Amino acid sequence: MKLDTSGLESAAPVWGAPSELVDGFSAAPSFEVPNTTDFDGFQKEAIQMVKPAKGTTTLAFIFKEGVMVAADSRASMGGYISSQSVKKIIEINPYMLGTMAGGAADCQFWHRNLGIKCRLHELANKRRISVTGASKLLANILYSYRGMGLSVGTMIAGWDETGPGLYYVDSEGGRLKGMRFSVGSGSPYAYGVLDNGYRYDMSVKEAAELARRSIYHATFRDGASGGVASVYYVGPNGWKKLSGDDVGELHYNYYPVMPSTVEQEMVEVAGA
Amino acid sequence: MAKQQANWSPYDNNGGSCVAIAGADYCVIAADTRMSTGYNILTREYSKICKLADKCVMASSGFQADVKALQKQLAARHLIYQHQHNKQMSCPAMAQLLSNTLYYKRFFPYYSFNVLGGLDNEGKGCVFTYDAVGSYEKVGYSSQGSGSTLITPFLDNQLKSPSPLLLPVQDAVTPLVEAEAIDLVKTVFASASERDIYTGDKIEIVVVNATGIRREYMELRKD
Repeated sequence: MKLDTSGLESAAPVWGAPSELVDGFSAAPSFEVPNTTDFDGFQKEAIQMVKPAKGTTTLAFIFKEGVMVAADSRASMGGYISSQSVKKIIEINPYMLGTMAGGAADCQFWHRNLGIKCRLHELANKRRISVTGASKLLANILYSYRGMGLSVGTMIAGWDETGPGLYYVDSEGGRLKGMRFSVGSGSPYAYGVLDNGYRYDMSVKEAAELARRSIYHATFRDGASGGVASVYYVGPNGWKKLSGDDVGELHYNYYPVMPSTVEQEMVEVAGA
Repeated sequence: MAKQQANWSPYDNNGGSCVAIAGADYCVIAADTRMSTGYNILTREYSKICKLADKCVMASSGFQADVKALQKQLAARHLIYQHQHNKQMSCPAMAQLLSNTLYYKRFFPYYSFNVLGGLDNEGKGCVFTYDAVGSYEKVGYSSQGSGSTLITPFLDNQLKSPSPLLLPVQDAVTPLVEAEAIDLVKTVFASASERDIYTGDKIEIVVVNATGIRREYMELRKD
């Protein structure tokens, strides 16, 4: 099986001069693979050791004004919260965003790699790459690593010549075009709120509020989601971060504590 | 034929904890000096901290053989960078190099839990925290290793760093001064060594600030 190792080609020597220094390191780009009879078992154990961050809520939808992308920021390793401030919306380039679900390192590395490929496309073809093209590049790479244990559930959202674009790509090799997606352990909850409130012709403000609420409700019910709900908007001029709100505070915004009338007041007992 | 079980693992866990805290113009990186395997202590004086560049220091816990290999890789790549660019690597640049180096071994990982600390290009303290395969983020403070589950909640309580994801953006670095941060680190390790068997013996504290890098030690429980 020929792996796509273009992601591993290290930087070409800066001045093209004798590259003995660099050659020793970049002979043939390849991933080191352990020398074992049971590759799958080894990978299973390695994954257990590494315990990639699972459990998340991300969503994205297309509406009249563009694409809205939102995500939580919690990373969990089993029952332990390893971080409350993970960036799950990755800025591939100024007009394209990717979301992160599954293995944090896998998503970060391959999204950065995708950004590089998109830039190379721009330089080679003198025009920006389409969302269709970018998502296909990523899907092909992930397909070639199918079965090796990568864990990536991502949405590629962007604005290109044909307008707003949204694709779902995963590490099984799946790639779907669509108008609304939510990925992660909190996605059922997010879908409930999102599908209920969605209309194609919403304003940017309404769409942002819908996205924020969907993430909030998912973090409320899903233990593996939480932290900060980030909302990004992708329009004809590229993406813009609209808000980042702590979901604990959002709760009290949506459900403020009402001072209630006191029925019975406890009185201190006089010293015995 | 019954499925073969491996009777040898290439990995081991040498235990230990690391902490890093970023300040307005300094960065404190600390790690204990105990190296263990199973219930045995191999040595009480092992340094888990490595200076990668002028303003960039890394502390790693986990499997020290992999840590040593990783440190050597980074040092070599840094040397090449210096030859090609005629300057030291900045801390954010080293942070991404470390991430890529870890991911290149995605299918046979370095069993190394790292914390990178130093000063960024503007002289502000920065801390980067990693998992074993290279996912990383810039944070105000971080802890890794066997004592991290004990240390992190305490740091959360004392440092209360606002999330860098909030909008409007709030500064992640702690308002503490250098002396207070060092004191906090000493307290944190003293507590961790009470309840974590793999943490103890001595703390090695490295402070990076505008004047350079300095090192100090503090004794911990030896039991």
